Amino acid sequence: MKVSAKSEPPATSHESRPGPSWPEQIHRILAENEVRQVSYVPDSGHARLIDLVRADKGMRAVPLTTEEEGVAMTVGAWLGHERSVLLLQSSGVGNCINMLGMVQECRLPLLMLVTMRGQWGEFNPWQVPMAQATAPSLSAMGVVVQTVDRTDDVEDTVGAAARLAFNTSRIVAVLIGQRVIGAKQFK
Amino acid sequence: MAQHRKPTLDRRKVAAELLNQRGGALVVAGLGAPCWDTAAAGDSPLNFYTWGAMGGAAMIGLGLALAQPKRRVLVITGDGELLMGLGSLATIAVQQPRNLSIVVMDNEHYGETGMQQTHTRFGVDLAGMAKSAGFRAAGTVFNAAQLKSWIPRLLRQPGPALVSVKVTTERAPLVLPDRDGTSLCRRFRDALPVPQR
Repeated sequence: MKVSAKSEPPATSHESRPGPSWPEQIHRILAENEVRQVSYVPDSGHARLIDLVRADKGMRAVPLTTEEEGVAMTVGAWLGHERSVLLLQSSGVGNCINMLGMVQECRLPLLMLVTMRGQWGEFNPWQVPMAQATAPSLSAMGVVVQTVDRTDDVEDTVGAAARLAFNTSRIVAVLIGQRVIGAKQFK
Repeated sequence: MAQHRKPTLDRRKVAAELLNQRGGALVVAGLGAPCWDTAAAGDSPLNFYTWGAMGGAAMIGLGLALAQPKRRVLVITGDGELLMGLGSLATIAVQQPRNLSIVVMDNEHYGETGMQQTHTRFGVDLAGMAKSAGFRAAGTVFNAAQLKSWIPRLLRQPGPALVSVKVTTERAPLVLPDRDGTSLCRRFRDALPVPQR
């Protein structure tokens, strides 16, 4: 069901919107693409999507101790004819770099949904280096990087990224910007 | 730490004994000597050999086990490789895949980089870590009799299970499998029916 484009609150607000929220839209896209294994190191930006996956009997939610586990798990899932997705924060991208080489060599699909820190009004300085290195380091590994900074663009971008990944057997990372999620408040 | 007990088992004999009984088991081999051991026991399209991805072999096994619940998945890897991904023991234990068994060819050394000692040489107990993480079965094998009693459990009883088999650093003849990732993936998937839902 397409989300109505009629009444549009500002892009940074996701409290009271008509129709499904962007995490709900992503969950629907994953289901449509027959994604069965969803691995993650939790991030508050992904909290709602993680809850939806955990409640979905057609999906297996796999909490990881570190993000590169999810990259390796994707290879096993693919060998076994299942699709998987990795949910992570920008800081976790750094942990994935070497393991991505295997996915590249095997030419199999991997969809990475990355919630960004260190970009927009960030409070924590330690988040900034890896956040700024996220896109370049992924590109260096041959990953197709797509970014989304407006809530209204999330559905289309993630849908297109999923199709690109699974149709062309490539690694695609969608960087969901801090303007969509909101900067973490340390209060 | 406890007194060191020197390994005596021959890794090629261990691999052969295990894999001769594999039946329909799907095999993931960790990089280096475990790949040569697996290839030496007999190549199969249902062997996925890794030439990198150090620390990832057990997790490849998990993804495969979750996707193919009716098939036994056997990960054959080295101590150095598993040490790089110890968190995966926790991740795997939480999922409790009944069809996943991990066999560590534990020679207590990094075989590909000059035979430097690993942490298991100094007493780090991989089976103990697996048990504490929540694996259904875990143990360390030092002799042929122990290995013989473990093999049916690894291949047929509910897991997740992990066995650390203490093998020597004796060099065995190099048996190199295919190293083209696309070809390894393609032949594996072609040999494996898509599960009916």
